Amino acid sequence: MVMFWVSLLAISILLYVLLDGADLGIGILFASTRGEEERHVMLSAVEPIWDGNETWLVVTGVILWGAFPVVYATLLSAFYLPLFLMLAGLILRGVAFEFRNKTQRMRWIWDLSFAGGSLIASFMQGITVGALVEGLQVTNGQYSGGDFGWLTPFAALCGIGLCLGYALLGACWLVKKCDAEVRDRAHRQIRVLAVSVLVFLVVVFVYALTEHLPILHRWIDRPYLFAFPAIGAIAAIVLGHSILSLNDRWPFYMVALIFVSAFGTLALSFWPYMIPFVVTVDEAAAPRSSLEFMFWGGAVVFPLMLLYTLVSYTVFRGKIKTTAVHY
Amino acid sequence: MDMTALLLSRIQFAFTITFHIIFPSFTIGLAAWLTVLEALRLATGRPVYRVVFDFWLKIFGVAFGLGVVSGIVMAFQFGTNWSVLSKMSGPIQGPLLMYETFTAFMLEATFFGVLIFGRSRVPPWFYLFSTAMVALGTTFSAFWIMVNNSWMQVPSGYVMENGAFVPNDWTKIIFNSVVWSRFPHMLLASYLTGAFCVAATGAWYVLRKEYHAESRIMLRMGLGLAAVLMPIQLVFGHLNGGYVNTYQPSKMAAIEGRWNDEKPAGEVLFAWPDVESRRNLFAITLPPPFGSLIDSDSLTAAETGLNSIPPENWPPVVIPFFSFRIMVGCGMVMLGLAWLGTYLSFKRRLERNRLLLWLTFLSFPLPFIAILTGWFTAEVGRQPWVVFGVLRTADAMTPFLSTREATISLLIFCAIYAFIFAFGIFYIYRLIRTGPAGKLFETPRLAVPSRPMSLGNASPIHEPSHFGAGE
Repeated sequence: MVMFWVSLLAISILLYVLLDGADLGIGILFASTRGEEERHVMLSAVEPIWDGNETWLVVTGVILWGAFPVVYATLLSAFYLPLFLMLAGLILRGVAFEFRNKTQRMRWIWDLSFAGGSLIASFMQGITVGALVEGLQVTNGQYSGGDFGWLTPFAALCGIGLCLGYALLGACWLVKKCDAEVRDRAHRQIRVLAVSVLVFLVVVFVYALTEHLPILHRWIDRPYLFAFPAIGAIAAIVLGHSILSLNDRWPFYMVALIFVSAFGTLALSFWPYMIPFVVTVDEAAAPRSSLEFMFWGGAVVFPLMLLYTLVSYTVFRGKIKTTAVHY
Repeated sequence: MDMTALLLSRIQFAFTITFHIIFPSFTIGLAAWLTVLEALRLATGRPVYRVVFDFWLKIFGVAFGLGVVSGIVMAFQFGTNWSVLSKMSGPIQGPLLMYETFTAFMLEATFFGVLIFGRSRVPPWFYLFSTAMVALGTTFSAFWIMVNNSWMQVPSGYVMENGAFVPNDWTKIIFNSVVWSRFPHMLLASYLTGAFCVAATGAWYVLRKEYHAESRIMLRMGLGLAAVLMPIQLVFGHLNGGYVNTYQPSKMAAIEGRWNDEKPAGEVLFAWPDVESRRNLFAITLPPPFGSLIDSDSLTAAETGLNSIPPENWPPVVIPFFSFRIMVGCGMVMLGLAWLGTYLSFKRRLERNRLLLWLTFLSFPLPFIAILTGWFTAEVGRQPWVVFGVLRTADAMTPFLSTREATISLLIFCAIYAFIFAFGIFYIYRLIRTGPAGKLFETPRLAVPSRPMSLGNASPIHEPSHFGAGE
């Protein structure tokens, strides 16, 4: 039963990162063009689906609260400020979708809130993951790191890394959904971003080596973990090939695979800890009567949510058409 | 523990949840109204229903967006500021909110996308289906929220184990009389909100002599629905009073401004409760047994007064006392307007009665005020408890939360919410002023035609506004 909820949690986090990561990435790339027509096309690539994508974050939150209340309470209160900044970013990003079409003179405000909100939200998510990898300061089961305990150079580096990663994901989504200028620009951006993300991963690895992060010992103990980076490396090679041949479809799936392998690497190197080296999965699990009640939600309704997601991606599939029509 | 951080956290929760509930209560009603319109259009083929639908869909989009972004905050705020509560009650509140997210949010988000951008991509029946699914999603969401909140009001079906609420009877938690009087009360309140906003908009157009056919549909359907629902709402309101009287005597005594035990009890209509000296100033009171009759449906029942409850267990008396009266007052005015308007509508005199049209137009804030004051009564009246009778609000806060953190987050939210609220209301006002057939502004030529240009600019069809197309 606990494993069931761990799996659903992992699926939800992954879907959030892959789907909303692309939305946030497009938000970050939004600043790289000034043309109204191009911006309009970029927005159209995610407009009908962003709300559902963001919902996977809420799904992650409530699974955490229902199935692992201790983790929910500990992590959310420890990451107080980064979470509120992330929420602020998501709010600014979210209202921009609705508001920028309601005005012409003030459109710049919502363009700013779209790009800025996406950037803040991505950066804060990266910082949170980075601080978690470094290890939370916990005394007697209670966070004791202070207001800014999460703000370290390594966490900030992870923040930048996730912004780059999301931007790469977003550029790949644009290539997949768009034509003409937007696609061509995204193709050029993918090259730069892919190299940047690679450099970031190397820097993180070197940092982990020099700083002796506790996570590294687990790598030495469990060599089979290297399967995930190996998958990531193969995906990177295919990605490189698809970039050079200007393929529109493959880059997104390959970057997604790289994200999956990074997530798998991270999750398995923490296992069985949920809050690294403080709380294990079994310690965090809710009482049996809660998990049993939740089971039907997970077994019946969760697949329905996957179906809804599939429905919206099917309804809005294919390239956005760009022949001009007068209104 | 830091008392300032506690106060700031309470203010922050009150502020963010007050801001949030405005939008769901509006969109729950509007989603149902959109479903009715789309079904009517498919059934009758009259294009005017499509015009009204497209018009309200734009407004729905803005309100729904504000509801979504402010709702995400709620999913995290329990953990950030109230980590003791979320750790203790997680085994019960967590699964309930999980069911809310699973059954409602993805459904709403998916089909909302179809509603706004998918008209040209799906067959008509699927479009109607999508509209209904959005309405169903909002209803599910309201249901689970009411189950969750009702458990905090009247905790049941649990045992305490290792300092946590461990559920042992989910049927008691979900299927109890408290939920089933409070959920319909909230749902009806949302429908009434939608009905009054629609009727007020219709009244405005009639007064401006614009959009003849559209305005009459809005005015009549809005007032007619309200005329039917208002009396039902009063019945459920009374049932709510029953649960408060049974399970939360401290809240009831504060609402009634009752200081001493009385048997049978009188009823304070208006007063200024003086908490210091434990008495009511300027009171207008109905003699016994009216209090017992209203609170317990009995001529002889004894009613508890605040004096027999320890003061440390009192809510801040003045807030529930007045917010309850404001809610009831709004309800009474809405009932009067709905009945009078519907009567005149039957007599075909409504459109000439400018006074009633003006009153209907000006009535649109009433349902919002009623919902907010109703929630203030329920939530402030529950204090000093967060889980009534078991866990105090002061003990539920994150123990290491600093005043600095709480100040920063509260300032962020005040600034952002004020900003997006101002623009959101302004854009909704402009959409309504522009009307069903108008354009906000001339749209420049743009690419991407496979969907309506945008939700707010141009309606995808441009039918005349059917002047004189009478009904």
